Amino acid sequence: MQLNFLTAHKLKKMLEKREVCASDIAASIQESCEKLQPKINAYINFDKSILQKQAEEIECYIAAGGKLHDFTAIPVAVKDNICTHGIKTTCASKILADYVPVYDATVIKKLQEHKYVLAGKANMDEFAMGSSNENSAFGPVKNPLDLQMVPGGSSGGPAAAVCAGMAICALGSDTGGSIRQPASLCGIVGLKPTYGLVSRYGLISFASSLDQVGPITRDVTDSANLLSAISGWDQCDSTSINTGKVSYKDFLVDDIKGLNIGVPKQLMAEGVDSQVADSVNNALEMAQHLGANIEQISLPSLEYALSVFYVIAPSEASSNLSKFDGVRYGYRNMQASTLHQMYRQTRAQGFGPEVKRRIMIGTYCLSSGYYDAYYEKAQRVRTLIINDFKKAFEKYDVLISPTSPTTAFKIGEKTGDPLSMYLSDICTIPVNLAGLPAISIPCGLSSENLPIGLQIIAGTLREDLIFKTAYSLEKAIGFNKFPLHLYE
Amino acid sequence: MNKYMNNNTGEMAKYEAVIGLETHVELSTNTKMFCGCALSFGAEPNTRTCPVCLGLPGTLPVINSKAVQFAIKTALALNCSINKSSIFHRKNYFYADMPKNYQISQYNRPLASNGFLDVDMGSYVRRVGITRVHMEEDTGKLIHTGSSGRISESDASIVDYNRAGTPLIEIVTEPDIRTPAEAKEYLIALRNIILYLDVSDCSMEQGSLRCDANISLKPAGAKSMGTKTEIKNLNSFRFIQRGLEYEYKRQAGLLEEGKKVLQQTRHYDHLTDTTSALRLKEEAHDYRYFPDPDLVPLIMDKDAVQDIKREIPELPGEKIKRYLEVFGLPDETARLIASDKDTAQYFDRCANILGPGKLKAAANWITGDFAAYLNKESLKIKQSGISAESLCSLIEMIEGGRISSKIAKSVFEEMAQSKKEPQDIIMEHNLEQVSDEGELSKIIDEVIAANDEVVQQVKDGKDKAIGFLIGQVMAKTKGKANPALVNGIMSKKLKK
Repeated sequence: MQLNFLTAHKLKKMLEKREVCASDIAASIQESCEKLQPKINAYINFDKSILQKQAEEIECYIAAGGKLHDFTAIPVAVKDNICTHGIKTTCASKILADYVPVYDATVIKKLQEHKYVLAGKANMDEFAMGSSNENSAFGPVKNPLDLQMVPGGSSGGPAAAVCAGMAICALGSDTGGSIRQPASLCGIVGLKPTYGLVSRYGLISFASSLDQVGPITRDVTDSANLLSAISGWDQCDSTSINTGKVSYKDFLVDDIKGLNIGVPKQLMAEGVDSQVADSVNNALEMAQHLGANIEQISLPSLEYALSVFYVIAPSEASSNLSKFDGVRYGYRNMQASTLHQMYRQTRAQGFGPEVKRRIMIGTYCLSSGYYDAYYEKAQRVRTLIINDFKKAFEKYDVLISPTSPTTAFKIGEKTGDPLSMYLSDICTIPVNLAGLPAISIPCGLSSENLPIGLQIIAGTLREDLIFKTAYSLEKAIGFNKFPLHLYE
Repeated sequence: MNKYMNNNTGEMAKYEAVIGLETHVELSTNTKMFCGCALSFGAEPNTRTCPVCLGLPGTLPVINSKAVQFAIKTALALNCSINKSSIFHRKNYFYADMPKNYQISQYNRPLASNGFLDVDMGSYVRRVGITRVHMEEDTGKLIHTGSSGRISESDASIVDYNRAGTPLIEIVTEPDIRTPAEAKEYLIALRNIILYLDVSDCSMEQGSLRCDANISLKPAGAKSMGTKTEIKNLNSFRFIQRGLEYEYKRQAGLLEEGKKVLQQTRHYDHLTDTTSALRLKEEAHDYRYFPDPDLVPLIMDKDAVQDIKREIPELPGEKIKRYLEVFGLPDETARLIASDKDTAQYFDRCANILGPGKLKAAANWITGDFAAYLNKESLKIKQSGISAESLCSLIEMIEGGRISSKIAKSVFEEMAQSKKEPQDIIMEHNLEQVSDEGELSKIIDEVIAANDEVVQQVKDGKDKAIGFLIGQVMAKTKGKANPALVNGIMSKKLKK
């Protein structure tokens, strides 16, 4: 197997045994990126000289007896809405096309402590708004498993990079499914941690009450290790939770005997492709064989999750994105002769259509006279959703559903119909509204040879149950899909 | 004063003013409201900024707990109840002095509410209700290029974000104020309390105390409210009174003519002493307030509030009461001393040293010669270089008869100039009062011998003439003779 298709925990073992060195790994990633970037467009900013320089520094570090952490010398793709000091961070938007942050996000600082390697800044939907990675000012990302297909979104770049061996693992962000859905469509593992478990400081906000940074990896073990590396209380983020130091690797136990699994019927409803439903049901049967108890349950308020999300997320976004005005940084229209002209033209030219659509929706929802009917009401329904989940977790350890109702769809297929695009996040959105942790792991292939993902949801801060379940199912399912054809 | 206004002469005014004030106070914490940047007035532009207060992408606010303590202290001093849970909202509007294009402020769940401030108007007390005290962040400053500094004559604006994120409290009153004079006195009283609390320097010049006023008129005695206007740019006590007086006159004029008052924001121009419309309130921004999802609710711990309450010093109102009731100072003196925190502290120290018998002398010095000296030199009492201990030893010398009050004045002047102790000045210049009867008797005999004519006048019953003789004794002793003793001895000798 090529180095670029190995997991971080496998590479760590090889580094320990001196079977590989940092430069070997970097070279392997560099080679695949040079070959595949033109085809897949997983990165907005990939600089091989930076990659090599980092690898050389780490060689010196290791040679000097530096400790090997879980991600030492591991090339990680970072979604381009996570700030990297001195390296362009664009949010896949024209308005930030040349923006260079003056500080590192907390998650980046934490990976730097591991002596990680920044593989590059990964493509995404503009400001993380989208489910297909077609809303990027830097062009769409292709699904490495089928170049006609979307990789999912908004973390399409990070997911495609890991899938295609252009990075060992990646950091994405998930506001309504943006880590899990692309992981599902690319046949890899994506985790959205409990809201507040990972610092948002340095993540360019889309919807502050929903955004969460999380790992996109080749397997569940890397997911647990990457979460251990990036999580923890941060004084710079008032919404961050102090859990103390947790080693999530400890929860990787192959044993789900007696585990109570609930299957919310609202997430297996019509609109879920029959192949997807079959594949998830197969996995549930396997779980039963392993000793888990499976029951169908009902969370009635989930029916409103999509509507609630498309009020709350755009409302917050309309305010979060108002700072992009051409005054201090980013793109500015230079023809404008008054302040208001500058605002209007900068934003008209700087933002893409989906971002504008959501700013309009959000501005409307927060306007006086509409606030109570939209934002306020959505918040009340959000509480109902939280309560439905709470009640479910009194009885069940985890809930399982499909991650996405369909497998990867064709590029261009849904761009003209925002509503059908929004529906592809129907299974993931409720989790963000309730601030819960959830993982997507691959559970099978469709007849078109496209991967199908399964979502495991747990209660607040019950990442332990997620990892235990995901690890056990991963072993049972034995999914392995590499886009090796791309290298032929 | 104009014909419509109740001018405290007992004449009933035709229209009654209904006035409410919104006051912004910049807190003097070490750091900004939501980041670790130092506060500074007058620093090089854009040098007191960081990614957070510049609103750079990805940054998040963290509440400054010291600012919260200062705000609670102020709210408690204004008799407010502290809300157990309060939240920060975003006030959304675009302007280049705002790094995020929203201001983090408080909206429907403020820090504190339902307080009051009693404003002493001399002949009556006006209780002004405090609707709320809430916290927010200040904006940066726009500087318009060109010599006039006005936006209309400028071809570019430059932004200084040093002030952006400075912690502010906003204090909103009920519409309880009835005259422009009350508005001015309210603000003076509010400023004094905040200075006592030491949570802001309250400099109107530097903009750390800013006030907007709402005013409407109604026929005297009527219950229904008139249409209000809001006046901005009232950046001195005088302007607040004058701006409101102008606005009263303007609105009354409109009503007299049967015209409507439009709901407006008006700008006060102190050069012309008039107000002019800024924009119709109907066209005002829709701020799209919503709870800031980057922050968590402020939950107030009862014990913490109690701890802050204990830190509140004796406030001006209580001080005046003590000066009047316990110290027996005259009303005016008590108010004068309490009107400045440092003066009051200085006086309290003197009172402590001197004790009840002599503290009035200290009050007289502090409001008399000392105040006149500070005024002349434009100094604050803290900058005078005369310690309470020094002033007290001067007073002890007068009271003990060691120096005359006349000499004391010149000793005080030298104390102020040279910062020497009164004791040293008296020794140096040999100023101690002569109270030696034998020595005085000798001098008096000389004066009597040299002024036959005057002595005869006294003996003829012209009592006033004795003053001339005493004056001669004082002149011979260079003012050091104890006047009471001289008088006694002289009278005795002349009656013989």
